[in-house]
Amino acid sequence: MEVTVAWYLTLGAVLFTLGAVGLLVRRNPLVMFMCVELMLNAVNLTFVSLGDALGDLSGQVSVFFVLVVAAAEIVVGLGIVVAIMRRRAGATADDLSVLRG
Amino acid sequence: MLDLVWLIPAFPLVGFAVLLVAGRRLGEPNAGWVATVAMFGSFAATIGVVVDLLSRDEHHRRSVTTLFSWVPAGDLSVDVGFLADPLSLTMCLFITGVGALIHLYSIGYMHGDAGFGRFFTYLNLFAFSMLVLVLADNMLFTFLGWEGVGACSYLLISFWFTDPANASAGKKAFVTNRIGDWGVIVAMCMTFFTFGSLSYVEVLDATDAGQVAESTATFIAVMLFVGAIGKSAQFPLYLWLPDAMAGPTPVSALIHAATMVTSGIYLLTRVNPIIADAAAWVPSLIAWVGVGTALFAATIAMAQTDIKKVLAYSTVSQLGYMFLAVGCGAYVPAIFHMVTHAFFKALLFLGSGSVIHGMDGDQDLRHYGGLRKWMPVTASTFIIGWLAIAGVPPFAAFWSKDEILAYAWNESPALWAVGLVTAVLTAFYMTRQVVLTFFGRHRYADARPDEVDAAWDARLAGVAADLEAATAAVDEAGAGLEAAVATRTGAETAHASAIEAARTATSGGSTDEAADPEALAEAVLAAEDAVAAADTAVGAAEESLAVARSSRAVAAADQAVVVAVAGERDGVPALALDSAPDTDDIADHLPEAVAARADHHPHESPWTMTLPLVVLAILSVVGGLMQLPFAPSLKFLEQWLEPSLFGNEVHLGLGAGMLWVLAAVAVAGGLVGIAVAVAAYERGRIDHRVFEQPLLADAWTIDRKVGDFMGGPGRAGFEATTTFDERVVDGAVNGVGSLVRHLAGVLRRFQNGLVRTYAAGAAIGAVALLLWFLSRASW
Amino acid sequence: MTTVLASASPTFPVLPALIVVPLLGALLVIVVPRRRPELLKLVAVLATIATGALSLWLLFAFDTGVDGFQFASRHVWLGDLGVSWLFGVDGISLFLVVLTGILFPIAILATDPEHDGRAYYAWLLVLEGGVMGVFASLDLVVFFLCFEAVLVPMYFLIGRWGHDNRTYAATKFFLFTMAGSALMLVGIVSLAFLHADATGGAVTFDLVAIAEAQSLGVEAARWVFLTFALAFAVKVPIFPLHTWLPDAHTEAPTAGSVILAGVLLKLGTYGFLRFGLYLFPEATHHFAPVFLVLGVVGIVYGAVVATMQKDLKRLVAYSSVAHLGFIILGTFALNTEGIEGGLLQMVNHGISTGALFLLVGMIYERRHTRQIAELGGLQKSAPLLAGVFTVVMLSSIGLPGLNGFVGEFLVLVGVFNAHRWYAVVATGGVVLASLYLLWAYQRVFHGPAEGDNADVPDLRLREGLVLAPLLALIVALGVYPKPVIERMEPAVDALVEHIERHVDGFHEPTSQMGIDVSPEGAADAEEGH
Repeated sequence: MEVTVAWYLTLGAVLFTLGAVGLLVRRNPLVMFMCVELMLNAVNLTFVSLGDALGDLSGQVSVFFVLVVAAAEIVVGLGIVVAIMRRRAGATADDLSVLRG
Repeated sequence: MLDLVWLIPAFPLVGFAVLLVAGRRLGEPNAGWVATVAMFGSFAATIGVVVDLLSRDEHHRRSVTTLFSWVPAGDLSVDVGFLADPLSLTMCLFITGVGALIHLYSIGYMHGDAGFGRFFTYLNLFAFSMLVLVLADNMLFTFLGWEGVGACSYLLISFWFTDPANASAGKKAFVTNRIGDWGVIVAMCMTFFTFGSLSYVEVLDATDAGQVAESTATFIAVMLFVGAIGKSAQFPLYLWLPDAMAGPTPVSALIHAATMVTSGIYLLTRVNPIIADAAAWVPSLIAWVGVGTALFAATIAMAQTDIKKVLAYSTVSQLGYMFLAVGCGAYVPAIFHMVTHAFFKALLFLGSGSVIHGMDGDQDLRHYGGLRKWMPVTASTFIIGWLAIAGVPPFAAFWSKDEILAYAWNESPALWAVGLVTAVLTAFYMTRQVVLTFFGRHRYADARPDEVDAAWDARLAGVAADLEAATAAVDEAGAGLEAAVATRTGAETAHASAIEAARTATSGGSTDEAADPEALAEAVLAAEDAVAAADTAVGAAEESLAVARSSRAVAAADQAVVVAVAGERDGVPALALDSAPDTDDIADHLPEAVAARADHHPHESPWTMTLPLVVLAILSVVGGLMQLPFAPSLKFLEQWLEPSLFGNEVHLGLGAGMLWVLAAVAVAGGLVGIAVAVAAYERGRIDHRVFEQPLLADAWTIDRKVGDFMGGPGRAGFEATTTFDERVVDGAVNGVGSLVRHLAGVLRRFQNGLVRTYAAGAAIGAVALLLWFLSRASW
Repeated sequence: MTTVLASASPTFPVLPALIVVPLLGALLVIVVPRRRPELLKLVAVLATIATGALSLWLLFAFDTGVDGFQFASRHVWLGDLGVSWLFGVDGISLFLVVLTGILFPIAILATDPEHDGRAYYAWLLVLEGGVMGVFASLDLVVFFLCFEAVLVPMYFLIGRWGHDNRTYAATKFFLFTMAGSALMLVGIVSLAFLHADATGGAVTFDLVAIAEAQSLGVEAARWVFLTFALAFAVKVPIFPLHTWLPDAHTEAPTAGSVILAGVLLKLGTYGFLRFGLYLFPEATHHFAPVFLVLGVVGIVYGAVVATMQKDLKRLVAYSSVAHLGFIILGTFALNTEGIEGGLLQMVNHGISTGALFLLVGMIYERRHTRQIAELGGLQKSAPLLAGVFTVVMLSSIGLPGLNGFVGEFLVLVGVFNAHRWYAVVATGGVVLASLYLLWAYQRVFHGPAEGDNADVPDLRLREGLVLAPLLALIVALGVYPKPVIERMEPAVDALVEHIERHVDGFHEPTSQMGIDVSPEGAADAEEGH
């Protein structure tokens, strides 16, 4: 049982699916953010493994971009969510529909 | 002098400009004199140009003077230029001559009017436009004059604009004219298309040389005829002319008799080569429309009661004669009749204005009568005009009308017959007008039917009121009697009790020891007196009741009599030719106006008004001299006009004998018409009401039907279009807006503000894309 | 029009100045100190008069008898895309520039804004700059820029200083016109790139270069023409895209209406001439019957609907639809007389309808109503006003001797030469014009003056001074239109020749010039008569 690239890719896919399903199903904003992080890191894993498998450095470079974006997104998003949660404790994603058309 | 032909329209133009700026300041009567002098100046200039033209050889009597280039666009090159040839100068002569006389007349007629200056401003502008119309050397410049006279006509008809009826008449005239103008514009377009030019010299010379196809000439001729119908008030575009009488009488005389309305005939005469080259049915059409209109209008004139309306329809009728002439190829007689018509019709109109002026504004023929006593000059000149129009030799119109009838016979006996009938009718209605106005008894002070009706109503009301009062008196008397009886009963009761008291006292049964036998006896006596007095009172009351009753009976009888008489009476005739209507029965009840009228005396008009009448009368007498039929050398007008006619004058193939017969028949017809009218209106031998049919008085109801159509279905159609624009076209635009809003509303539902929904959407989209890419990938 | 930059180009760039001066004026208006409000109008008037004077100078310095663009100037803007500030006038645009220069000062002098004078004058001046840009530009992008730019000031002018229903009218005007011209941008870009592909050269938006090259295929040209035509059709407006006009005209303030009717509508008709006929001669020829029909419909329809209007200003607005129908008719007759007639009518309509809107504004200012039913007998109380109205009304009706007639007649003659029966029907429009105008005049001015109508003050000196130049032009152009026609003629002739050159089998429909049309005449000609 050799651990090949496919294992990593499968792990990445499974993590991505878990994160996607979690995002769609869970209502707590913080948990939704965690799922988003899960998806992003699954993608990171895929990038790195493929980069290693194909011998292309751009896989690892992409990870930097993704991490930067994830960080920025967390800063802004968590800031907004925490501010909202402070006002209305126990608010779920379903309650936050201020931006409706 | 020929080069100075532009002076002819320049004088009135300068007059207009001066009056436009300083008219109000100049005031009355200077403004009028400025305008009149301008017209006389124009007349003098015309004489000068005519003299100059006469000095030329017959074959060189056509001169074009160009002032400047007006519209040089592409192939079209139109100048402001004047064509001095016999035809245009003939028109100028009577336009400026008669026009000057009418200007002079207006100074007297418009005396005291607040718009005095404005009137003469418009009048000079009109004269300018008319002169441009006849002097222009190309169709477009003619059209400037053509429309210009239409606009001035509009301004002058609605001169007294505070009355809505006048304003409406002006608008009707302009719009109806414009329908004709449509024809002229189309004709001009076709002319340019065919000839590449609008100049008369080029167009007419080319046509005369035979370069035009019949279909083209027909098209142009018919379109110009449409324009002529509008301007010269022929059927069916005549409706504006009777309404145009709303304008001041000098306007009616100048514009709607002598000049503007003749423009149509001038135009057709000017383009006679085109008519000659057109299809054969075109002149026939012109002739039949002309003579048909002539007859039609003459029938209506027979029943009109307004002195000006009679003349208006008469004008339409006489213009019909001119078109008849043009249609028969008789251009010279048409122009001849135009000139004589200008004389006598202007005379008649100005005369009627003088009558109206003398009768203080009353225009109803039924209120006139016997005016020749008070207005001798007006009467005698009017009579000359009447004799002229009736076709009595040797007055001017006999010669012109007779020539037209001769040419009509030459063309078709049917045309001649209709023309003859019209001549008879013309003589009839004009005689009627003259007799009703100047002869017979003066009917102004007569009580009029509506006044008599009002008086009878008043009398009946009075008698009924009397009866009511009498009845009330009876009731009062009855009440009085009752009261008197009650008083007597009371007095008798009092008497009885007094006697009872006295008896009781004398028999000593009285409990009252102080009863004085004397006092008691006096009381009894007093009571007896009271009874006696009461008796008398009752007697008096009974008497007064009887009197009241008899008064009431009398009043009732009176009323019965009056009601009976009122029920049996005939209506007072509108036109009491023999004697004043019998108003003894209601003399006390007539409105005050009737009595006021009895003191009224018509007066003759001032010299500024009567002088033009005299001059025109003289012209109506001697005007025939310009074209006497006895010998070719006496036919001055024909010789003079020949260069303008390109030889298109039809040759009259009738022998002298035939001409005498036709003349005699025409004169006889005229005399018949006169005789019938005299019999009906002067002698009373024929009941005049036979001729004054309501249908004719209502102008065959055509005007009313047109008005109903315009106000009814016409207006409805316009409203429908407007609603279409609002609901459908604009509705579509607003509908687009609503659609967008509606769609936006639908799409809005996808934006529910929930992150999870958006995330789900993104996920589904991503999967879909992935599948799509996979499906297109090559394995 | 083969030569751009023809004739002596003076060193002074007149045409850019005509655009810059009003814009500078707008800037100056904005920076006028708040405590000196009386300066606002003064600055605006000075700016517009300066522009007007420049345009008149242009008129006098214009070289008659030469075709080609004069006073041309070029400053490169986006070099790589071939866009430059390219301006020039020829006989076709000259009078539109002068008309703009004359109408703007009159509009500003005639009325004052009720509030916010600063913004009002600033917008008016920006509007003037934009309009000058449209008429003078020879570069497609600059043209489009200015064409769209004029919508913004007009929107604000209607929306902020208009009457009761102004918001609806302004929004409708803006959206409708912009929707029409949205496609035009696509058309412009595709035109430039197709031209570049076909000629193998660099991309350029130079109008003259593209027009002279005529490098597009027939199908492509027709499609691109349609995009342009849609924009202009809304602007003119042509039936059935006209419904923005009555609302915009009625709700706009007086100055706005004068400019809208006098100048802005001409953007569309000018566009047809310069960008329709010049760029796409074959497509124009192909689609001409459609526009001729729509023109005739507009004439009759506009007049019929005008007759039934109860609001005086709306009636005048619909009369504009009818008048512009004549202009469209003349333009698509594709011959010298027709196009010249259309051009003349552009100028005449600007003067006459501008004056009419001024007069209606004066009546409104006195009686605070535009409803015809409430007015009456005004000739009794205000005779001078009535007299001026009569003259302007007769000009609008097309009375010969006044300006309206010459253009109208040329249009009819031109259309008759090209398509006979359209002219016959269109002539009926003159009857309808007299009907609605005279009926309106009768109800408003004739009759007794009762109630408030009796107290109406007559024409004031200031109003008379503002109307005087328009009246003078009405009479002068009617009596002596020759100088105007002379200057237009070379450019129009060149345009017609251009169409003849690029459209197979097309010859200018002219008169037959005395050619024999009869069999006898033809035989005579053969015999040498």
